[in-house]
Amino acid sequence: MFARLSTNIGFRLIVIVGITTIITIGVYAYFNIHSQRDDLLSEVERHAMQLSETVKKSTRYDMLLNQRERIHIIINEIGSDPAIDEIRVLNKEGKIIYSSRKENIGRMVDKQAESCYGCHAADKPLERLPISERTRIFRINPDSARVLGVINPIYTERSCWDAACHAHSKQQQVLGVLDVTISLADVDERIRASTFQVAIFAVSVILVASLIIAFFVNRWVSVPVRALLDATKQVGGGNLSYTVPDLGGDDIGMLAQSFNTMTMKLSEARLQLFQSDKMASLGRLAAGIAHEINNPLTGVLTYGSFLLKRTENNPEVHEDLKVIVRETLRSREIVKSLLDFARQSIPKKSLSDINEIIIRSLAVVEHQLTMKSLKIVRNLDPHLPKITLDPSQMQQVFVNLLVNAADAIEDGVGTVTISSGLLSLSPQGIVHVKSARCPRGHDLISNDFKIEGMPSIRVKAQCVGRSGFIMLDPTYGRNRHHFEFEARDEEEMEIVCPSCGISLMVDGGKCEACGGRIFSFEVPTQGDFKFCIRKSCGWQRWAAVDSAGKKEYVELSVADTGIGIRKEDLPKIFEPFYTTKDQKGTGLGLAVIWGIVDNHNGTISVESEPGKGTTFRIRLPVQ
Amino acid sequence: MGKPTDILVIDDEQVVRDAVCRVCKAGGLSIEAVGDAHAGLERLQRNRYRLVVCDIMLPELDGFHILEAMRCAGVQTPLIMITGYSTMQNAVNALKNGAIDFVPKPFTADELESAIRRGLRYQKFAQATAGRGLQVGEVSDFSVPCPTSYYRIGHLSWARIERNGSGVIGIMDLFLKTTQGVRELKFLEADHDLVQGSVCAWITSHDNLVHDVLSPLSGRIVEANESLLSSPELLEKDPYFTGWLYQIIPTDLANELKHLTCCR
Repeated sequence: MFARLSTNIGFRLIVIVGITTIITIGVYAYFNIHSQRDDLLSEVERHAMQLSETVKKSTRYDMLLNQRERIHIIINEIGSDPAIDEIRVLNKEGKIIYSSRKENIGRMVDKQAESCYGCHAADKPLERLPISERTRIFRINPDSARVLGVINPIYTERSCWDAACHAHSKQQQVLGVLDVTISLADVDERIRASTFQVAIFAVSVILVASLIIAFFVNRWVSVPVRALLDATKQVGGGNLSYTVPDLGGDDIGMLAQSFNTMTMKLSEARLQLFQSDKMASLGRLAAGIAHEINNPLTGVLTYGSFLLKRTENNPEVHEDLKVIVRETLRSREIVKSLLDFARQSIPKKSLSDINEIIIRSLAVVEHQLTMKSLKIVRNLDPHLPKITLDPSQMQQVFVNLLVNAADAIEDGVGTVTISSGLLSLSPQGIVHVKSARCPRGHDLISNDFKIEGMPSIRVKAQCVGRSGFIMLDPTYGRNRHHFEFEARDEEEMEIVCPSCGISLMVDGGKCEACGGRIFSFEVPTQGDFKFCIRKSCGWQRWAAVDSAGKKEYVELSVADTGIGIRKEDLPKIFEPFYTTKDQKGTGLGLAVIWGIVDNHNGTISVESEPGKGTTFRIRLPVQ
Repeated sequence: MGKPTDILVIDDEQVVRDAVCRVCKAGGLSIEAVGDAHAGLERLQRNRYRLVVCDIMLPELDGFHILEAMRCAGVQTPLIMITGYSTMQNAVNALKNGAIDFVPKPFTADELESAIRRGLRYQKFAQATAGRGLQVGEVSDFSVPCPTSYYRIGHLSWARIERNGSGVIGIMDLFLKTTQGVRELKFLEADHDLVQGSVCAWITSHDNLVHDVLSPLSGRIVEANESLLSSPELLEKDPYFTGWLYQIIPTDLANELKHLTCCR
C-alpha cells in the first residue's frame, strides 16, 4: 500500500513540501532560539560587567581608606538583590576577604577553580584578560540554576601602596579579584519560555502549512488526477460512455473536458461504424448467400423438374421426384423472402413533412376504403416539424396500417382514424436500451427473448449455489421483466454477466427508493443503467437519458373500429412470418413495419380490444 | 450463311450451362455454351444465333454492358436474362434497356423452356419487322401495342395508374402472342403482395407450357379480375382494358415507375 501511495503524485508533493517546510522552519527556529539566547546572555553579561564596575567604583574609596566594615555593608547591600548570586572579593592568595554570602568569607579558592582558571591556567598568571574571557557560566550544584560569573581584577594604583595601612606592596599589579556571579535562573527561564514558544510556533506553522498544502494538492491535483486515471482505465476497458465529471476551469479541468470530447468522438465513430457496417453486411450477407445458393439450386431444380416431366409414365419415380421438386421450390421461396426482408433495411432518409406522406398514403388507399364505405377521420396536427425519414418506406408503413385497419372492419361499417401530433415525453416508458454490455464488454442483449417486440437484456442471477437467468425489460421505466430464476433471499442474490461471470453489482451502491443493493450495466455511449435488486422495488436509473430530459416525438396513430386482436396474439404480431390471416398474408407486413420504424429510432405499439377496435401508435423522435 | 444456332448461353457456372443445355437439347434445339462475356461477344460476332440466354452478373461485365456491346456491334439477337433474386432490380432495369425477358434463378425446366419458346417466337416477329427498323412491340402487324400513358415492363406486362393512386395491371398482347394462346390462366387472390419483377400469374398455353407473368409494380392486390375465370378469352381479346389482371395498391410507385417504359 505504501508503494502505491508513493506513486501517488499528491502524496509526493505533500511529502516534499512538508520536508521543505520542516527544514526551513526548523532552521529558522533554531537560529532564532540561538540568537535570542545569545542576545540575552550577552545582555546579562554586560549587566554583570557594569555591576562589577559599579561595585568596584563604589568600594574603591573605602578600600583606600581601609574601611573594611563599610566595604562589607556596601557589598551586602548590593548583593542582597535576589538576582545577584554573590559578590566577593578575593585577595591575591585566593582568599575570599569580602562576600555578600557571609559563610564564604575567609575561605580559600583553589587556583584551578573556574573563577581563577582564566588567568591562572598558564604558568605565570596573566595580568590582563579580555572581557570575553572573564565571564564564565557554571552551575554551583549540578541541579541548581546556572550562574554567570564575571571576574574583575582590581589593579593597583599609587594610592593603594602608598596608604598608611601597608596592605599592598608596590610590586603587586593585581591586588585582588572582584567576582560577581549573577543567577541565570530568570534568564534561563526566559530562554526556555521563548524556546518553547518558538518551537510551538514552528510546529504549528509546519502543521498548518502541511494541512493547507495537503488540502489544495488533494483538491487540485490528487482528486482530478485520480478521476482522470479512473476514466482512462474505464475507457481503456471499452466503456466509451464514461465521462469525467467537471473538474474546474484550470488546466486539469480542461484536460478532463477534452478527454470527454475525445471519448465521445470515439464512441460516435464506433457507433457509426457499427451501424452502417451492420446493415450493409446484413444485406451483403443475405445477397451473398442467395447468390451462392441460387446456382446449385438451379441445378437441382432444373434437372429435378426435367426428370419429373420425363417420368410421367413411371408413377413411383414420378412421385419421389415430385417431392424433390416441391421442396426445392420451397427453398426458392425461402431465399426470396429472406432477400425481400434484407432489402427493406437500407433506408434513404431526407427531411420530410409527415402529414404529406400520410395524405399521399390515404390517397392510395382511399378507393379501397371508400369501396367498403368506411368513414375516414383525419386528425393531423398542422404544426408538426419535419423529420428525417425515408418517405417511401414511411408511405409503405401507413399504407400497410391503413389497409390492415380497413381489413379489420369486416361488415363494412366502421371508422378509420389517422392522427398525427407532437409529444414531449420524458424518457421513462419511451426510450429503450438497444445495446447493453458488461464491464468486460460482453453483449447482454438477447434476441431470443423479446419483450413487446424488443430484444431483452439477459443477466444471470446467482443465489446460494443456484443460478438462473433474468430477462430485463429494455424499456426504461417499465418492469416487465421475465424471471427464469427466483431468489429465496434477495439480499444474498448476485447479478453477474452470463458470458464471463463478472459481477454487475455496484459496490457500495444504494437504491434511491428503498436503500437496497443495486446492479448496473453499461449502455455504450449512454452511460450506466442502474437497477434495484429488489423485485418489489422496481427502481431504475439511466442517468444519461434522464439528464437529456424530455424529448420531442411525433406521434402517429391509425385506429380502427374493427374486430381487434386477441390479447394472447398481441405480443407476437410484430414477429416475421406471424399472421392471423391464415394463408392470405405473407405475414411479413408488420415485421417489415416494425423494422422500418426501428430504423428511424422510433417505437410502434398496439392497443386492441377484441370487438371494439385496434390502434397502432408510432412515435418518431424529432432530432 | 449456315443455319443459325438456336441458343447461345453465357453463364460462369458450369451447372447452369449444363442445365440450360440439357433442357434445350431435349427440346430439339441447337445450343452453344460459353463461360464468360468476352467469349460470348466474340461468338456473337462470328456466328448467328436466334436467342441469347445470359446471366446478368458475369464477372467483369454485367448485363447492361453486354446489351450495349451487342447494340454497338449491330447484333440484333434477342436476349433473355437469367438472374439470382438478389439482382432483381437489375433485371427489371435490363428489360428497360433491351432485354426481352428474364428468368430468375433457380428455374424449373419448364420455366426455362417457356421463356425460350417465347423468345424464339419473338425472334420470328423481330426478323419479320427488322427491315422496317421498328421495335416489335410498336408494330401492329403482330401485336397490339400498349395504349398511351400505360407503363410496361419489357414486352411482358403493363400497368395503368389510376387517378386515385391505385394501379391496374395486365398482360401485354405481344407476350400473349409469344405464348401461342391461352388455355388456362391462374392468378392470385386479393390481399396478396406483389413484387416488381416477380411472377404474379401463370398462363398455361395449348402446348402445355406454363408461362410466368411478371408484375410491373410492387403492391398489394386489392381485386383480381374474376371475369377472367369464366371467360379467359377476354385476356387475348382485350388485354389492355377488360382483360385486366389485378387492381393493386402500389407501395413504392415513384421509385418503381423509373424502371418501367412509358408507352407513347
